[in-house]
Amino acid sequence: MSPLFSANGLTKAYPGVIANEDVSFEIGTGEIHALLGENGAGKSTLVKTIYGLVKPDSGEMTLNGAPFAPPEPRAARSAGVAMVFQHFSLFEALDVAENVALGMENPPKPRALAQRISEVSAAYGLPLDPHRTVGDLSAGERQRVEIIRCLLQDPRLLIMDEPTSVLTPQEVDTLFATLNRLKSEGTSILYISHKLEEIRALCDAATILRRGKVVGRCDPRESSARELAEMMVGTALHRPERDITPPGAPVLEVMNLTLPPASAFGTALKDVSLTVRSGEVFGIGGVAGNGQDELMAALSGERRTDHAAICLDGAGIGALPPRDRRALGICSAPEERLGHAAAPDMSLTQNAMLTGAERRELTRGGFLNWGKSREFAEEVIERFDVRTPGPEEAARALSGGNLQKFVVGREILQSPRVLIVNQPTWGVDAAAAAAIRQALLDLAAGGAAVLVISQDLDELMEIATSFAALNAGRLSEPHPMTELSLDDIGLMLGGMGAETGETAA
Amino acid sequence: MIALEKRPAPSRAWSMATPFLAVLLTMIAGGIMFAILGKDPFAAIRTIFYDPLFNAQFASYSRPQLLVKAGPLILIAIGLSLGFRAGIWNIGAEGQYIIGAICGAATGLAFYPMESWIILPLMIIAGALGGLLWAMVPALLKTLFNTNEILVSLLMVYIAEQLLAAMALGALRSPDGGGFPGSRNLQQYPSAHNAELIAGTGLHLGVIAALIAVIMAYILLSRHMLGFHIQLAGSAPKAARFAGAKPGLLVVTCMGISGGLAGLAGLFEVAGPAGQISIDFNSGYGFTAIIVAFLGRLNPIGILLAGLLMALTYIGGELAQFTLGLPAASIQAFQGMLLFFLLGVDMLTNFRLRWKTKGAV
Amino acid sequence: MDLSAINWLTLLASLMVAATPILLAGIGELVVEKSGVLNLGVEGMMITGAICGFAAAYNTQSAFVGFAAAAAGGAALSMIFGLMTQVLMSNQVATGLALTLFGLGFSALLGQSYIGIKGIEVSAVPLGPLADIPVLGPVLFQHDAVVYVAIALVASVWAFLKFTRAGLTLRAVGENHDAAHALGYKVVLIRLAAIGFGGACAGLGGAYLSLVRVPQWTEGMTAGAGWIALALVVFASWRPWRVLIGAYLFGGITVLQLNLQAAGAKIPVEYLSMSPYVITIIVLVVMSSGRGRAALAAPAALGRVFHKSG
Repeated sequence: MSPLFSANGLTKAYPGVIANEDVSFEIGTGEIHALLGENGAGKSTLVKTIYGLVKPDSGEMTLNGAPFAPPEPRAARSAGVAMVFQHFSLFEALDVAENVALGMENPPKPRALAQRISEVSAAYGLPLDPHRTVGDLSAGERQRVEIIRCLLQDPRLLIMDEPTSVLTPQEVDTLFATLNRLKSEGTSILYISHKLEEIRALCDAATILRRGKVVGRCDPRESSARELAEMMVGTALHRPERDITPPGAPVLEVMNLTLPPASAFGTALKDVSLTVRSGEVFGIGGVAGNGQDELMAALSGERRTDHAAICLDGAGIGALPPRDRRALGICSAPEERLGHAAAPDMSLTQNAMLTGAERRELTRGGFLNWGKSREFAEEVIERFDVRTPGPEEAARALSGGNLQKFVVGREILQSPRVLIVNQPTWGVDAAAAAAIRQALLDLAAGGAAVLVISQDLDELMEIATSFAALNAGRLSEPHPMTELSLDDIGLMLGGMGAETGETAA
Repeated sequence: MIALEKRPAPSRAWSMATPFLAVLLTMIAGGIMFAILGKDPFAAIRTIFYDPLFNAQFASYSRPQLLVKAGPLILIAIGLSLGFRAGIWNIGAEGQYIIGAICGAATGLAFYPMESWIILPLMIIAGALGGLLWAMVPALLKTLFNTNEILVSLLMVYIAEQLLAAMALGALRSPDGGGFPGSRNLQQYPSAHNAELIAGTGLHLGVIAALIAVIMAYILLSRHMLGFHIQLAGSAPKAARFAGAKPGLLVVTCMGISGGLAGLAGLFEVAGPAGQISIDFNSGYGFTAIIVAFLGRLNPIGILLAGLLMALTYIGGELAQFTLGLPAASIQAFQGMLLFFLLGVDMLTNFRLRWKTKGAV
Repeated sequence: MDLSAINWLTLLASLMVAATPILLAGIGELVVEKSGVLNLGVEGMMITGAICGFAAAYNTQSAFVGFAAAAAGGAALSMIFGLMTQVLMSNQVATGLALTLFGLGFSALLGQSYIGIKGIEVSAVPLGPLADIPVLGPVLFQHDAVVYVAIALVASVWAFLKFTRAGLTLRAVGENHDAAHALGYKVVLIRLAAIGFGGACAGLGGAYLSLVRVPQWTEGMTAGAGWIALALVVFASWRPWRVLIGAYLFGGITVLQLNLQAAGAKIPVEYLSMSPYVITIIVLVVMSSGRGRAALAAPAALGRVFHKSG
């Protein structure tokens, strides 16, 4: 049987980096084909090429045996290629039906379209109200909008870019059921992920990318996760080491913290309580948009709360601004590296000043000591193996992994008593991720209280000693990580208590 | 086809070069405009940029004017640049300039005809306060109600202009003026006169204040936490909040400083070169200062140079009006063009031009 | 002051005329902002429209040619803004200001020989029996065509944004340009079209000042009307019909204030003249307070620079 889609020798270079080099692979009809690779391996460029957003420098593609070179997404769509984006291509202020219409070539009249959306969403078990505003939907529901937008076009090839990164384990099951049903109807699926277990559970074939090149092809059902991982990363993975030391006295306590949302589509925090002890890594899991950013802002001091709602060593600090909190030893690293944790256009020296001023005494009477700040930046670069020409380089010139090492290193080298990090390894390559996780464990081993907010459950299972889940702004009862199974965690993420299954009200 | 490609870091070389490139392009485009108006473009450019400084016939009059015109432009532009760096858009400096002049002049005239050394200092304080309070309106509305400061500060210019007319015709009208609009001339009231410090140079207190403002702004921006937060707020607002900058405080501070400096500029002008409150007292310095701020790349030293250059176009423009019959409005258009070119070539600091060949698919 | 000296019927009748310039400029800017672009150059485009319209109408003795020239002039100037912000990716706030500064100077330059000249007559649309209705006739039905064109324009913009595919695309671009780009929409072209439309509308608004409302050419004659049009869009929370309401409210205030001046109110003229600006500020404050209602309705990508990567 001839393949539905084939790529032959695709090459795409950007200044300073070859995103894809001589990439060839085939997708059969009704096949779920995995594209596996680390962040920066060239997966995104490849799928953008197939979808007509990027023009390859050389190489060709065929679809259904005919040459396929879409000059723009419109052409790809009319040829039967549809795509669900990792960062959704949705419009928050518009409603579901309008969002769907925007992704179609010839949408029917609004009323007929709403009807079709309801039909298709019911048929595939993806309930969705066509008249709701997308900004009010959860991440899982937003993904349904994207999927239904694709399904309404009867695609031959459906591209899914990291679809499960925003889903709870239970939602993942629903998604897989839908994808398997599409497969049985003859639709081919190109499934992009770096999550090995998922690929082994779902996919019929896999192409593995590393640094823009195809480094392997296999049947994922017959390969172990370990084999896949080694092909993907290139070397055997180093797992962080941890000493199991009994946690010490409570350092950071949050008591009944309630906070209204900062923006129209934000999440309110409701009655959040937690205690992080000295020497402990406390993990908070949850799907994006459940209050992580709000919790981070409340802890870092970007948003002020009741003075007594947040305590350090028993004393209230909730009303203190960020600089006072840092002086007391509370350091933090927000999720968004570029623009929040660091100023993109400023040098690393300036970015070292950004949070280091208080604890590293980089100022005197309000006046800045740039020499000392530069030394601090150099120290971070050296200790955390940040690959950069030097401290005068602009933050935006660093790769994601290197900047993340700089940001986390900048906080750790201030010897904080409490460190709060949101998504410490999001979009970071495996080697850097391992280094960052190890540094967090070392910090805790030295007696600091570490709070890690992450959507990556594997990461939390690897480093956290306690675990709690955020759902719709509420935090579940915390449990020791060792006592929890994946199913328990799934239930907690969905807003149910672990084990007993009671509703966390 | 040409494509733009984002540079990994802003280019410092281009950042320095773009103002010069913009001036050059404006000269070319301006020359074309003058040619269309039927004037010799080379003579016009020469009259604007060369004659005020070096022409034997005019230089003795024009050279002192350079400082007289550059003083208020630099003073206002320094204030504006702080806000612009923080992403706070005070574009109503013209109004703050007028109010500073009114408050300062009113303070001086309240003492008339008493003579005392204290009068001018009091006027200076009143002028700065007047401009500051006028700027506090958009600043506080922004912090308290999140009202757009661009629109409010600009609309307040029109209110200030009406107030100026009301003052010139009413409260501040000179009793000895025979019913003509306009206040007493402060140049003839020694205690209130902001006189030339060294005869024939144009140097008055306002120019000194402008120089001090340049130095203070330089120190603030390069060495002080407040200046660092101002730059952070403009370049990455979320990072600024994370660092601990207080957005409301920055709005009030930046608007306050720029309003105060604009008010000072107005006071020094009314007590010095202009001499009196009149209906057409303001001459657009508050708006031209926006161009000065950008032309100086929001950098204090740059603003100093840009202010001198822009003052030159004012004087040269007047000269060209007088000698070549060039319309006054053409200089205004010329200045507007300069800002266009500057903003246009600015992308060279952040982007790289690249020739792309099509059809490589 | 003698309030009975004010002819309330004439006042109401001139309200629509006073509102039309900002209505035209406001509805144009609304479309621009809906596409995610903030063009602060409305004042500059209006005044350019005012002189282009006046000069063309005077030289051809045709009001139609005048308005067409004004729209073309405003659109041409807006294309400078479009080129700079969309292609060269310059800062929209600064470029808009530059457009206003340049427009004021440029129009003064063009208008040199037209100062003090009397403009042409723009006659009312013959609406037959409608115009003869007592009270309503003079207030609503004895105006020139542009007054009605402006209202029709509001209706068309409303219908365009609400019912058409192109309108939906325009709103999508203004909400999230990256997503729109990912779906294959031409963000820059769509925005350039919106900017051009806004420029043409501002030009028409300016020409209405110099051809009908004043009617003659003076330097700086827009006197902040462009800024008031910008405020109008905020007042309207980016909804077309509210632009109409806001423009008529504002027109009413302007006309009332002028009538009070004429009736010899005890307040000095200058304080009456500043009232429209004061009221605009108050309205802006009311609209923006209350948990940022106005900000919520603003297009999410408003004023942000779009650079397609990859």
